[in-house]
Amino acid sequence: MKNSLIIVGFFVLGILAGIYSLLPEALLKNDLSAYALYVLMFLVGMGIGADKKAWEVLKSARLKIILVPLTVIIGTLIGVAFISIFLKDISLRESLAVGAGFGYYSLSSIFISQIGGKTLGVVALISNISREIITLLGTPLLLRYFGKLAPIASGGATSMDTTLPVITKFTGKEYAVISVFSGIVLTILVPFLVTFILKF
Amino acid sequence: MFTVLLLMTLGIVLGYLTRNKSGAAKYLDRLINAAIYLLLLLLGISVGSNETIIRNLGTLGLKAIALTTGAVAGSVGLSYFTYKLFFAPKE
Repeated sequence: MKNSLIIVGFFVLGILAGIYSLLPEALLKNDLSAYALYVLMFLVGMGIGADKKAWEVLKSARLKIILVPLTVIIGTLIGVAFISIFLKDISLRESLAVGAGFGYYSLSSIFISQIGGKTLGVVALISNISREIITLLGTPLLLRYFGKLAPIASGGATSMDTTLPVITKFTGKEYAVISVFSGIVLTILVPFLVTFILKF
Repeated sequence: MFTVLLLMTLGIVLGYLTRNKSGAAKYLDRLINAAIYLLLLLLGISVGSNETIIRNLGTLGLKAIALTTGAVAGSVGLSYFTYKLFFAPKE
């Protein structure tokens, strides 16, 4: 949660710097962010590859556990597709891309703003942050009415780290593995799905 | 954008091969955080200097939250059936 606040802090700081034009134009004209994104994605990949616990969870997973991230993907995309009917200036494709962030807001917002434009990037950032917040606050209720997979589904990609403590606390230890598994799979898929949805 | 996906895949392979050199992991986390901070700062700057986005920030926020509501409702709703069919203890 502390890290989330720092991330939002940097974004807000950037907005203020942008509004009051505190920075030299040269910084904006240079497409620094494309290169920074290259570095980030390489590092994120290395982080996933080097994560021993993640590989153990993936190896020990039984077949039906795959149904969980699959459920999250299909459910999320159906949900955002339905909402997109009511949104005038966000297309179905754009809505699906925002949904495919699965709560991984730092990466998805950066990614989407590169491919789909800044405006959609902002929508992705707000939407995916609120997905994490809803999960952090709503887990007990989701659990009571929709079963033990509900908080994992709501958490999306965050169910492997930021929302894992709260999910484990309410669903019990045996669901921790499922939660981590689903989160890892979705985390890896976010950049691929977002690109696929926006480019094809 | 495919360059990015390629780089990530390359990172996963390289990270996997070097996974036992655990000293690097600490620095990796810090580097990832630094890159994310930088990128969100830059996104913030380009958003802040874009008047159209700033003027519409409220509506954009509402649309974003509408999409989240759909995303959570859809995935949670479907997870209810997955749970009942495959995970819940049979009575």
